[in-house]
Amino acid sequence: MKHLYDKYRFLFLRRVTQMGLLMLYMTGSYWGWTFLTGNLSSSSILGLIPLSDPYAVLQMVAAGAVLSTNLLIGAAIIVLFYMVIGGRAFCSWVCPVNMITDAANYLRRAFDFDKIQKKQPASRHIRYWIIGLSLMISSAFGVAAFEFISPVSMVHRGIIFGLGFGWAAMLVIFLFDLFVLKNGWCGHICPIGGCYSLIGRFSIFRVHHNEAHCTLCMKCKVVCPESQVLHMIGKTSIAVLSGECTNCGRCVEVCDDDALEFSIRKLLEASTSQPLKENIS
Amino acid sequence: MSNRLPKKERKMRKQPVSDRRAFLLSAARAVGLAAMGGLVWSAYVDEVRASELLLRPPGALKEEEFLRTCIKCGMCVEACPYDTLMLAKPGDQKPLGTPYFIPRDIPCYMCTDIPCVPVCPSGALDMESVSTDDVLDINRADMGLAVIDHESCIAFWGIQCDACYRACPLLDVAITVEYEKNARTGKHAFLKPVVHADACTGCGLCEHACVTEKAAIFVLPREVAMGRAGTHYIKGWDTKDEQRLEGASSKTTTTEISKKSAVDSLNDVGDLY
Repeated sequence: MKHLYDKYRFLFLRRVTQMGLLMLYMTGSYWGWTFLTGNLSSSSILGLIPLSDPYAVLQMVAAGAVLSTNLLIGAAIIVLFYMVIGGRAFCSWVCPVNMITDAANYLRRAFDFDKIQKKQPASRHIRYWIIGLSLMISSAFGVAAFEFISPVSMVHRGIIFGLGFGWAAMLVIFLFDLFVLKNGWCGHICPIGGCYSLIGRFSIFRVHHNEAHCTLCMKCKVVCPESQVLHMIGKTSIAVLSGECTNCGRCVEVCDDDALEFSIRKLLEASTSQPLKENIS
Repeated sequence: MSNRLPKKERKMRKQPVSDRRAFLLSAARAVGLAAMGGLVWSAYVDEVRASELLLRPPGALKEEEFLRTCIKCGMCVEACPYDTLMLAKPGDQKPLGTPYFIPRDIPCYMCTDIPCVPVCPSGALDMESVSTDDVLDINRADMGLAVIDHESCIAFWGIQCDACYRACPLLDVAITVEYEKNARTGKHAFLKPVVHADACTGCGLCEHACVTEKAAIFVLPREVAMGRAGTHYIKGWDTKDEQRLEGASSKTTTTEISKKSAVDSLNDVGDLY
């Protein structure tokens, strides 16, 4: 039990959060409860507090829409929230597609696909290109372009309002991540994640690495969906500062040596460059 | 300097491809991929935007503005007590995630408190457009316009049916029944329903009530259902319409006709032979 708790506590909490939020949204749709209405594009808590997807709002700006104050406040709340707890916490704690891509990732490891396809042929910057492209298409056609093709909204809306052919989007993402590209959707393509990466650059809540405890087993890098952010493992004792870290906490869980932990970012970084060497015998 | 070496020797030495070339290649590849993706993406967006045969909730902005402003949150759908409104799903062939309704299945029941409109966070459903003196007034809604197919409407055959007339929430205003002599029998009357575009809200209760197998009265978006006479037609008998003439100026154009070339053309018989 203790072992299970130690190794899967964040994973468990993440699934509870993801499912719980979906359930709350569903009570809004099926039973008319007002605790959480709408969907991930825009929602409302108790009909009072607006929440809006900042990336969708950005596309609407590009499309030339007149923004209501409701949307602006909603987007501001979301941006501020994720600036504190880590931008891509959305990806690993809220987004329903995360469960699909995590499943694909798990199978990838279980079947040793990663050992066959060692090099991933795509850049992790594709997502930022797609943000740029979506804003261009939005302004050219006067509609929020990514919102028409977003598998994330398709899946989330599908679960709450009826799926239609949305299952095809889920399947394609699953197969793509399983066979074509490791962490393909969430780690390379999804511009929503890209947007939250940019927001998350300034976030306060971070994973910290303590190099003195590290035994270089690299379990953290194997399990990390954005392993490039863990470049400091076994090298320096610093925080994971990249906005692309999803704060999923998997690295913290799998580490057997207490070399990784969540902490508050030291806003005035100064003393982190000195590794604590004395513990190594 | 290496360029100065004899050709043979130059070939022998395997020179690494310059960083600049690698950079240019990767940049060109990125641009190419972006262009290809952008093309497919724009084509899809353009295609999906063009679907015009769908009915929006009350208070919706004009279609173009609506598509730009709606954030696809579905709060109007959740607010609708009759499950009239739906969000377009993949496979519905409608702009994905936007709300619409199919009146033949479930029409808009015209709630007086219009619960779907005030919940809209983006303003795509505009409260002002369905209010009179700042009080919500569903009768101002303009979701579409009911159109009657005279061929399949059995009232036009001479069979008595006033299902749509009775179902209309603006009874005897948006749909009236006009009497006309049935010349075929000589002793009966047609009771023909007539829709009045200035009052019809497009709620679709008539379409829902229509007794024929496929509804003979149905709601279409106003843009689709109506023609346009153009600004140059003015109703001379309508004082309000005639006011459009105030301040109008006329312009006469004169074109000089060359007599000579006309006569020459008549006298030129060359083409006849």
